[in-house]
Amino acid sequence: MSIGLEQYLLLSAVLFTIGLVGALSKRNAIIVLMCIEIMLNAVNLTLVAFYRYGGLDITGMVFALFVMLVAAAEVALGLAIVFSLYRSRETVDLAEMDLMKW
Amino acid sequence: MDLQAVAFYVLAAMLVVSALAVVLIPNVFRAGLFLVLAFFAVAGLFTTLGADFLGAVQVLVYVGAIGVLLLLAIMLTRDVHHGSPGNRLWLPASVLGALLLGGVSWSLLNTTWADKAAEMPVPATAALGTSVFDLQNGFILPLEIGALALLAVVIGAIVLVGEKK
Amino acid sequence: MPHQLAWLIFLLPFFSFMLIAFILRPFLLRWYRLAAYVTILSIVGSLGLSLWLLNTVMGAAEHRLEIPSVQWLSIGDLNIQIGLLADSLTAVMLVVVTVVSLMVQIYSQGYMKPIAGDHEYSTKGYMRYFAFMSLFTGSMLGLVMASNLLFLFLFWEGVGLCSYLLIGFWFHKASAANAAKKAFIVTRLGDVGFLLAILYLFLNTGTLDIEAIHALAAAGAISTVVITWAALGIFSGAMGKSAQFPLHVWLPDAMEGPTPVSALIHAATMVAAGAFLVARFFPLFEASETALTTLGIIGGVTAIFAATMGLVMFDIKRVIAYSTISQLGYMMLGLAVGGPALGIFHLFNHAFFKALLFLGAGSVNHATHTFDMREMGGLRKHMPWTTATFFVAALSLAGLWPLSGFWSKDEIIAESWDERKIMFVLVAATAFLTAFYIFRVFFMTFGGQYRGKERHLHESPAVMWLPMALLGVLAIFSGWWGVTGGFGSFMGHGETHSFVSGFFAFLTDPVHHWVAWLSLALSGLGILTAYAIYSARWVSAEGVGRAFGPLRTLAFRKYYLDELYERVLTVGALLNGLFRGLEVADEKGVDGAVNGVARSVMAGSRGLRRAQTGQLQLYGATIALGLVALLLAVIFLG
Repeated sequence: MSIGLEQYLLLSAVLFTIGLVGALSKRNAIIVLMCIEIMLNAVNLTLVAFYRYGGLDITGMVFALFVMLVAAAEVALGLAIVFSLYRSRETVDLAEMDLMKW
Repeated sequence: MDLQAVAFYVLAAMLVVSALAVVLIPNVFRAGLFLVLAFFAVAGLFTTLGADFLGAVQVLVYVGAIGVLLLLAIMLTRDVHHGSPGNRLWLPASVLGALLLGGVSWSLLNTTWADKAAEMPVPATAALGTSVFDLQNGFILPLEIGALALLAVVIGAIVLVGEKK
Repeated sequence: MPHQLAWLIFLLPFFSFMLIAFILRPFLLRWYRLAAYVTILSIVGSLGLSLWLLNTVMGAAEHRLEIPSVQWLSIGDLNIQIGLLADSLTAVMLVVVTVVSLMVQIYSQGYMKPIAGDHEYSTKGYMRYFAFMSLFTGSMLGLVMASNLLFLFLFWEGVGLCSYLLIGFWFHKASAANAAKKAFIVTRLGDVGFLLAILYLFLNTGTLDIEAIHALAAAGAISTVVITWAALGIFSGAMGKSAQFPLHVWLPDAMEGPTPVSALIHAATMVAAGAFLVARFFPLFEASETALTTLGIIGGVTAIFAATMGLVMFDIKRVIAYSTISQLGYMMLGLAVGGPALGIFHLFNHAFFKALLFLGAGSVNHATHTFDMREMGGLRKHMPWTTATFFVAALSLAGLWPLSGFWSKDEIIAESWDERKIMFVLVAATAFLTAFYIFRVFFMTFGGQYRGKERHLHESPAVMWLPMALLGVLAIFSGWWGVTGGFGSFMGHGETHSFVSGFFAFLTDPVHHWVAWLSLALSGLGILTAYAIYSARWVSAEGVGRAFGPLRTLAFRKYYLDELYERVLTVGALLNGLFRGLEVADEKGVDGAVNGVARSVMAGSRGLRRAQTGQLQLYGATIALGLVALLLAVIFLG
């Protein structure tokens, strides 16, 4: 059984779904950030698979590179926000963060 | 089964297991460690796809920077003893996830892909470098903007986290 | 000289206004007299150019000049020109306005002199006064020259604004401020009709050019109905400005303004703008029997109606104000029966003697510090110049041969005999009343013994009586232009004949000589009656007043029209009727709809805001839900 584009895409879909479910259902803000990283990795995997098997040329890799760049920025900022919240509220529980409520 | 297939299945199994572990196990610190494992697996998968430069960057950025940062955050927030509880949304989220996975899988299995699987992967680091830094058709301007965004993020993070007087 | 110089006639006073208002008044308070000099100089310039224009127009073919116009607005196919119309009507009006304005400005230097007690304030007032007067003169000159309805309306409102500003010149006095408001609002009622007429004409002819409209009317291209309504609309504007019944109520109150203002604006020029407007659009009136009849009836009724109120007032300015209303009625009637040649001829003569009467009243006020004739009397001994000029003007107003007032008044009476007998009765009766009330003023003010408290009665300075003397000369001779038929033929009506035959025509005219004799007799009788009651005192004034008891009260209370307007129209119909109705409609209808919408939105929001939990992950789940829905839609439907 040879490996092709479909296998990589399926793996990527599974990974993305795991990340999505986790991001929506976990209460710990840091875990949610981790799940978002998993989702981003799933996307990167897709991009690189498309580079390898056609569809996207070298651009696929370039995009993956930029996603990493943005992911690094995102996690840095996200953690800064979590820290800031933790400092003022002594918790990282997202269920208690409802300041934007009516 | 050739070597790539073996590598793929091993890495895929490792990746799915560690990703599930991140979501499912209650210990936050261990979840962080499993995340690092998942990052390694993705780096390996990149390599099987001939993107060895990206694999290296994956290890450096995700494992070295993001993973460590997350673990540091977990330790600094001292919230470990609360574990990793789910919220009221876990059931609808799972249903949504299943539907999404089903939909995506169905559509990608029913699509005819231009598969170039026959060729052996060739390391493309030089081609990637040329593509990014090429002055005519390259991505030099987005790269600079990305650099600027990183700078902004660093400043922003300092402002957010820095001690308030 | 090039005809474009005509532009300067009305622009010069505007320049003067700007110079005074923006440079002199804020910066050069010490040289306040400059304001008067600048104004006078600019009007001298306008007068010179007006005389030149009059001369040129007289020599021109068909008595009109072509002055190149300027493109003002271009909206689609509509091109609006700013242009000047230089025909005989314009030329005559220009001379009237500039002459009277010049005399009044010279006079004002004495009348408005800053008082010692409150120097800075009254100095600023002095400059403000001359700025407004310049603005008024410019607007008035522009009004008579405009060749375009829109342009004309601009200046029409401009003179209305100046009238408002100058009536309310002493705005710290509540009565002056209220009078200014009243003048503005009542005039505006008429202007609504005027504006509607302009739009109506434009809708039906597609042009705003006055001469083009006249040409269309003459060619029969406009239906009679349109012409009638347009003419009536124009006349409603004229009624407001010229204080015709029933919109006359503002003019007596306008006497709150400085007396020279009354002389210029509320006697000689602006109020006559109504008569001018009718004359300007006379081709329209001529084409509509209804409009012409309305004009005549309103004019005749106003003439006698205002004259009766003038009989009983004690305020010298108010008597002259009612006289002005009455004479404006004469002009309207003259226009109706004899066309512009007659109506404008009376306007021309009236401007000089009526301005003179007001200046005389101002001069009296300067000495006695009151306008109440019961506190005057015997002033002839102290004020010879004022007495003499006032006497000449009064004779002229009464219409005694051969003073200027006679020529136009006699012609109006004669023409109305030919046209409508009922109008003849009205104007003949008015002739008697006019002679009576003006000589009542004369005898009460200048005759008998002084009854007031002022110690130092004195003649006004030369700067005041000199312009009065000049106007006095005009009050005698201005009418002689019409003696030869010259004025009429200049206006395109009638032939010229020799001076002598014209001078004594009233003796020899086979048809109308008895009319002239009758009008002279009525005037003489009026003067005699006034003499009998107020000077010789053969009959006591109180006795006469008691004999006419209720009638006198009715006239004294101005026929209760002010009360009618105030109580019935303003409070009754508007405040309690219309405004209350609007209030209810506003509260229940408009507010109800607004509040209903607001309430339903609030109810909806109250439900919707439950979704706004502040839970980030719920929002994320919603996004995922949308994504899944889209995906499934693409799979199953696409």
